[in-house]
Amino acid sequence: MSASSWAWLALLLPLLGSIVVSLGFRTIPARVAGIVGTAAIGLAFVCAIGALASLLGEDADARHHASSLWTYAGAAGLDIKLGIYVDQLSVFMLLVVTGVSTLIHLYSFGYMQSDEGYHRFFSYLNFFVFSMLLLVLAGNFALLIVGWAFVGFASYALISFWYRRTTATRAGMKAFVINVVGDIGLVLAAFLIFRELGSFEYGAVFAQAPHVFARGEWTVTAICLLLLVGAFAKSAQIPFHTWLPDAMEGPTPVSSLIHAATMVTAGVYLIARTHVLFYLAPTAADIGAFVGLATLLVAGTIALTMTDLKRAIAYSTMSQIGYMVMGVSIGAYAQGLFHLMTHAFFKALLFMTAGSIISAMANRQDIDRMSGFWKAMRFTSLMFVIGGLALAAFPLTSGFFSKDSILAYAGARGGMYAWMAIGGYVGAFLTALYTFRLIFRVLPGKPCEEAQHLIDTGELYHGPAINPANEELEDADVGFPGAHHHIAEQSRPMALAMAVLSVGALFAGLIQVPGVDNVLFGFLDPAFADVPLSAIHPSVGEEWRGLAIGAAISLAGIGLAWILWVRRPELPGLLRERLRPAYLLFVNKWYFDEAIDFLVVRPALAIGRFANSIFERLVVDGLVSGTRETVEGAGGIVRVVQSGFVRSYALLLIAGFAGLALYFLLSSS
Amino acid sequence: MSIEWYIVLSSLLFATGAMGILIRRSPVVILLCLELMLNAGNLALVAFSRMVGNQQGQIFALVVMVVAACEVVVGLGLIVAIFRRKLPLDVDELRELRG
Repeated sequence: MSASSWAWLALLLPLLGSIVVSLGFRTIPARVAGIVGTAAIGLAFVCAIGALASLLGEDADARHHASSLWTYAGAAGLDIKLGIYVDQLSVFMLLVVTGVSTLIHLYSFGYMQSDEGYHRFFSYLNFFVFSMLLLVLAGNFALLIVGWAFVGFASYALISFWYRRTTATRAGMKAFVINVVGDIGLVLAAFLIFRELGSFEYGAVFAQAPHVFARGEWTVTAICLLLLVGAFAKSAQIPFHTWLPDAMEGPTPVSSLIHAATMVTAGVYLIARTHVLFYLAPTAADIGAFVGLATLLVAGTIALTMTDLKRAIAYSTMSQIGYMVMGVSIGAYAQGLFHLMTHAFFKALLFMTAGSIISAMANRQDIDRMSGFWKAMRFTSLMFVIGGLALAAFPLTSGFFSKDSILAYAGARGGMYAWMAIGGYVGAFLTALYTFRLIFRVLPGKPCEEAQHLIDTGELYHGPAINPANEELEDADVGFPGAHHHIAEQSRPMALAMAVLSVGALFAGLIQVPGVDNVLFGFLDPAFADVPLSAIHPSVGEEWRGLAIGAAISLAGIGLAWILWVRRPELPGLLRERLRPAYLLFVNKWYFDEAIDFLVVRPALAIGRFANSIFERLVVDGLVSGTRETVEGAGGIVRVVQSGFVRSYALLLIAGFAGLALYFLLSSS
Repeated sequence: MSIEWYIVLSSLLFATGAMGILIRRSPVVILLCLELMLNAGNLALVAFSRMVGNQQGQIFALVVMVVAACEVVVGLGLIVAIFRRKLPLDVDELRELRG
């Protein structure tokens, strides 16, 4: 079978799974629904492997296929096909998305077991995977936008999954609105591309772009800036990042799947996919790189002071995506995608462990309350440490190789980009620090009440269901996992999913060790060979020098975290007092929410109020009631005739006839 | 006799009927006046038929008589119904249709 047939199958299976689960929610038992949903994604992963195998059987230069089923929208001069584009990049994304999604479905199978909305959850989850695959496989910008918007909807539906939580529904709306801003950017970019190049098809657009645009021309810069708006909104980069931490209101597998491993990397994919355009617009690419750098630093500092376990990991996600966005913006395409893959492994794993711990804490997410979980949950703690090591780029873990490959490329490109590499190393230090802050505060020490309960009785602590965001008592009717929690130690599917991911988090970096093997870059590089930037390769010596620096920084960060939170636990308090302004800045998340509120939300509300109180009253109401009064007035005149006196009707009738007769008499004579 | 006499008589009858409708308030009298107007029309039809020399006008007059009979049946039925409900038999009092 050809690569594109495999890809079509991979696209179809999650859609089928979603339809079957959602239509059969009354008839299919919950267990079966979970199995169907998981199997659909698992089979899609098998198809992705099939596509990879079929692609590997071809020449490196011929590994791109456009395939279409039928015309999706045809009009004068417009010809959009329902088509996919299969090349190294999309097959790579296909593998990552389906692979990680399969494991997360497996995890959800255990984690969500006591949830009332089990069918709903799996149908949403399958729909999400379908949309994400549509996004990465789309063969033209129109279908890309379709997938892009579907993904946004799926994210909204899953964030607001526990719809009795007002904080969750509000977070869902926030995510949706910010994502729509990104959608608008993408749509406008597609319009501009069509106006300039006359096509939506990837093949035609990327083949013609270098001939139509001069490098640095303003149109292509505008296109790329608009694409960046889309990418930033989806990938939670400054200033569109505020939805991601709030999105942690959703169930933890959702955070793991959408807000760590797959959807938020769509922006990275978009930049990598349109790398031809970004090469032609160096200004836009530099802006992308700077925003990525700023995001990775800002998010790293916020994660340092965050006390909510899931939100801290969410800020870490933003920070890591900052690395990827910076990488693909400066030309480190394969490197950025490498980090995308390893990040998908270790971040999904970290969220899974967080879910397990939160279950044991009876839904509490505050790390101030947590301690001593090493004694209570050995397996989860081990997974947490593995994920943390990979995130902190501990030597020889996956994050170590992938993060440093981006920074080594930035160093090799030189100039301004070498300074970015230094910023990246600062970010790496922050990453190690905040990651091990979480680990040192949650795992060691004297077990907290909940952990002690687990050790003593072997059962989970059952507290009242409390919303971790606003401390309100929750309405548990729609099946919060509150009443019956699930932890990895007691649920085989969860443990299996975490174990597989931990292998990926530890060893996935070994497929791309500088000077030793070149599996991933060897596969991906031909897809980016059409721009000269991909020809820049740091030498093996440079790479290892970078790796050595990275290792030292990672160990220093972990060491400092050990001093601060284990050895001398009084130090963080002292630092907080000493560095009060910085602490306030970080703990208030750099006041981004407040700034957006002031700059966007309030003016919009003011316009809305003006429209409601002045425009609506005077103009709209004036038009409506004016029409009404005109009709009423005209009716009033006619009403006088309708007196109800039969004889007056008769008089009118007779007078009318007499008048007519008179007229004809006079006109005939 | 020339046609004018017939037409003058017919017009007089018609005017009488119309006047009756306009000035009388009893429904029964109004019905009578209606009949008067219809028969004025009949008279004119028959007269013109004689003058032109074909029979179509006379057939028309027969049709008008049938219609008049029907109309009287309906009208008298209405009057009886009004009477049974003890409503005033006065067309000026019966003015629910006022706009």
